Amino acid sequence: MEQLKTIGRELAIGSHGGWGQSKEFLDLVKSIGEARSKAEEDRIILREVESLRRRIAEPDVPRRKMKEYIIRLVYAEMLGHDASFGYIHAVKMTHDDALPLKRTGYLAVTLFLSEDHDLIILIVNTIQKDLRSDNYLVVCAALAAVCKLINEETIPAVLPQVVELLTHPKEAVRKKAVMALHRFYQRSPASVSHLVSNFRKRLCDNDPGVMGATLCPLFDLICADVNSYKDLVISFVGILKQVAERRLPKTYDYHQMAAPFIQIKLLKILALLGNGDKQASGHMYNVLGDIFRKCEQSSNIGNAVLYESICCVSSIHPNAKLLEAAAEATSKFLKSDSHNLKYMGVDALGRLIRINPDIAEEHQLAVIDCLEDPDDTLKRKTFELLYKMTKSTNVEVIVGRMIEYMINISDNHYKTEIASRCVELAEQFAPTNEWFIQTMNKVFEHAGDLVNVRVAHNLMRLIAEGFGEDDEGAESQLRSSAVDSYLRILGEPKLPSLFLQVICWVLGEYGTADGKYPSAYIIGKLCDVTEALLCDDTVKAYAISAILKICAFEIAEGRKVEMLPECQSLIDELSTSHSTDLQQRAYELQALLCLESRAVESVMPLDASCEDIEIDKNLTFLKDFVQQSIENGATPYIPESERSGMSNVSNFKSQYQHEASSHMLRFEAYELPRPSPAHVIPQVSVPTPIADLFPVPETTCNSETSQASKLPSVAGASSAAHGIKLHLDGVQRRWGRPTYSSSSGPSSTTSTEKTTNGVTHIDGVGSQSRDKLNESRRQQPEVSAEKQKLAASLFGGSAGKTEKKATSTQRAPKGNTRNAERPGAARSRSPETSKEKAAPSVPDLLDLGEPNPTSTTIVDPFKQLEGLVGPTPMPSPLDNSVKTSGFETPDLMAAAYTDLPPSGSSSGSLSSTTRDMYSVDKTSNTATSVPSIKKGPFPQDSLRKDARARQVGVTPTGNNPNLFKDLLG
Amino acid sequence: MIHFVILISRQGKVRLTKWYSPYQQKERSTVIRELSGLILSRGPKLCNFVEWKGYKVVYRRYASLYFCMCIDPDDNELEILEIIHHFVEILDRYFGSVCELDLIFNFHKAYYILDEILIAGELQESSKKAVARLIAAQDSLVETAKEEAGSISNMISQAI
Repeated sequence: MEQLKTIGRELAIGSHGGWGQSKEFLDLVKSIGEARSKAEEDRIILREVESLRRRIAEPDVPRRKMKEYIIRLVYAEMLGHDASFGYIHAVKMTHDDALPLKRTGYLAVTLFLSEDHDLIILIVNTIQKDLRSDNYLVVCAALAAVCKLINEETIPAVLPQVVELLTHPKEAVRKKAVMALHRFYQRSPASVSHLVSNFRKRLCDNDPGVMGATLCPLFDLICADVNSYKDLVISFVGILKQVAERRLPKTYDYHQMAAPFIQIKLLKILALLGNGDKQASGHMYNVLGDIFRKCEQSSNIGNAVLYESICCVSSIHPNAKLLEAAAEATSKFLKSDSHNLKYMGVDALGRLIRINPDIAEEHQLAVIDCLEDPDDTLKRKTFELLYKMTKSTNVEVIVGRMIEYMINISDNHYKTEIASRCVELAEQFAPTNEWFIQTMNKVFEHAGDLVNVRVAHNLMRLIAEGFGEDDEGAESQLRSSAVDSYLRILGEPKLPSLFLQVICWVLGEYGTADGKYPSAYIIGKLCDVTEALLCDDTVKAYAISAILKICAFEIAEGRKVEMLPECQSLIDELSTSHSTDLQQRAYELQALLCLESRAVESVMPLDASCEDIEIDKNLTFLKDFVQQSIENGATPYIPESERSGMSNVSNFKSQYQHEASSHMLRFEAYELPRPSPAHVIPQVSVPTPIADLFPVPETTCNSETSQASKLPSVAGASSAAHGIKLHLDGVQRRWGRPTYSSSSGPSSTTSTEKTTNGVTHIDGVGSQSRDKLNESRRQQPEVSAEKQKLAASLFGGSAGKTEKKATSTQRAPKGNTRNAERPGAARSRSPETSKEKAAPSVPDLLDLGEPNPTSTTIVDPFKQLEGLVGPTPMPSPLDNSVKTSGFETPDLMAAAYTDLPPSGSSSGSLSSTTRDMYSVDKTSNTATSVPSIKKGPFPQDSLRKDARARQVGVTPTGNNPNLFKDLLG
Repeated sequence: MIHFVILISRQGKVRLTKWYSPYQQKERSTVIRELSGLILSRGPKLCNFVEWKGYKVVYRRYASLYFCMCIDPDDNELEILEIIHHFVEILDRYFGSVCELDLIFNFHKAYYILDEILIAGELQESSKKAVARLIAAQDSLVETAKEEAGSISNMISQAI
């Protein structure tokens, strides 16, 4: 019996030509399907990889066998395992003459290799040959590989042939050639810049597919340089008009929209071309109006086109009528039940308010609903909108909300983003100093390690310079409030390193400035900082420098500095530190303590962080030393500009156009060794501004001067100690980002980046009352009132706009009570209603897994199954096995259905047209075993597929209950 | 531009991956792990989009299979949603009521089809018919070149 069953299974697999793989491979896939954990899956694949490694290396593997091995390698690689040992075999397979094998080879290499892989060079030759083939399928396969594999270096090798293919008789080839050129443009714009006319020609191609493909490169080209394509505006408008009027072949229709993907691409291009160009925009108004009128809102794709039209309208020169239409469409999005459309609506609103800020007012409650929605995606989008509409009047509410959200998320990437947005808004619109400092403290406390170092430096600069006003009193008030809050915060455990740096710097600079705190107290606090468990070297460096400054100020004032024991032990510890930077600072402090007050005052003047430090860039004081060294036989210093002049000029041009990193490799590979005396230099030193240091075998004197001249930003021309520091600094800059964090003394930190900051200081209008309002809003559970208040604080008026505020709040209850009530009620109701809507309609095949409970019970699937299997010429064993394996399925399916959540969010928006389309040829699709009877034109076929599925045994384990449900069912 | 396409099952198993931007093998694993954690846990009524590391990932669920595409932040999400559907409709037409098993066992064919729809991360063909024609042309060539794979009797003898 067992044996018979096996035969049945084999038959099921063997009788069907479609799968075409060996039993071994099917077994592998099956066992992966049955694997219950990732670890088990990994074990299976590792075993498979091992066996492939052995077998693929055997001599004389038949080609067909090899093809399967390659596909199995692809499978292993797809599941995340390394199959690099087989890459070379895939490459070899591309050389094969038989198309099926060649195609497999190309597929495998495009999946295996990235564009900078060493093996690519072995494929280029084959690609060249295949591009010349007279079989267009071979050419297509080669072009697909070209798109993935050809990198900047190899573009010239295939470019002429690809260009030739632009006029190939087969449209599929022309289309792929265009896409290949597009890829080339992305890799290296210069390589195809002379081919722009070809793209223009292809725009008039007879085949709409080729025309559609041409829009991709044109979009990129227009992005880069709008003005050279203004002449195409009329053609694009013409094409869009024709597309919208359904002049394209029916096959390009999608869900009863006329070529929507091409429309979207064209709208994107028009948005670019019309941006800030009244004349060009004038040509577009008509067709855009048509699209707004014609676009149906019921289908998802219709909304996609509509959204793109809104983007286009908001980008081109404004037109009142179109803006109205766009606003209307946006409000439909926002009022929709679908989260997707709400999301698009919020985005569209963000675009429209740039032109007309008043549009937002109408949608305030909808926006607040989105803000409070449990859906994170929607929430973030709404924050983006709020970010765009922040003004000095609502900054407190918005930033407060942002920080509240920031504290509660764990996604570091987004946390960073939202933190930097908070900082930006706070810097731009801060109503009061206290608020600003508090906000910054919160941001640093909760996201300190994530925010950019620049933000910390900005904060330090702001505290040092004030808000750009010449009001000394306000400045010192800002500083002392900062010092107060920092001393308070220092008591808290686990502060982020960056925040500690800011605290140390501010305490060092201004801790004793207003005389409120004795220096010993501040020094003690700073010592505590360094003793914390997680204190890193940078913080220690900031702390010791801060101590140094406080001591310096004390000495300059003529007071005696009492060295605290913990401070002394800190100095001792740091002067034996592994970090030379810390050692340096500790020794500097010790040296400073021995100086007399006048010397100290000139080394460390009080509140001088904003002063510019004069630097003698020519280093005249070293002239004698240089002269002496040269006389002693040292090689004279060659300035960088002269050195770079020696290597190829054209190389440098392109260098500045692209990323330096990608060129480093090419540099070494292609540069011929030059017989000039400085031939070492071009290879070692990369002439980008980042690499200041170069290990050129010159005398110390020369390298030192060159370093110094490269780093004019480093302060401390006067003290000898600083002179030594230059070394450290250079090293730091070489490996890290060019920041100031640990490199130079804190006093020079801000002075070097002294720029005008255009921050304006706005006095808060009723900030307290709004705070209260905020508070009360949080306490009150009542929805509408609280929302309206929030709305008022977000959208509504400033003190100056009271009238407007009044009207808006008046209007709010009228127009919005329904809206306001709805969310509470609608949220509980909506799932039901949507179900109700869905249930009576024709069973929706495209509906994503929405169970249709009514029909599952009607028929016994197995009766039907037997009935269908009966007439097929299959031996009885199969029948048997179908039954045996099928017996457990009804329960399984039921279980699958019950735990299946209701349909995906898009189901509501899914067009009725889609349903129609699908319900025409597939009427019933309920439980998976039933649909086999009616679905598709070949019921027996699909039934066999189901049966086979069970034979193979991937599903009935219960691990994968949904496996053989049709994707579209 | 589409940076990658991933098909994952509801259990988080990878069914198909296609990378249009360079990702190392290690990065790929982390990407898949992160995204499946992010997407599979989302409720059914929520947006079909998630923001992820400065990109956006658009996903759509068909039965137990999630189709995910990662795009730039300024791309049109609804369009991508329809590109996914376009792909599924073509798969459906090709396999005849496509199911997850079809994709599991014929992933290479799914790759061929995907290659006809997307190239270098852009939509190259929006006509289902054009894609179907090209795939059929390729398949017919494959069929003619194929020798008869093991006959039924062969299989039976093997099994016994």
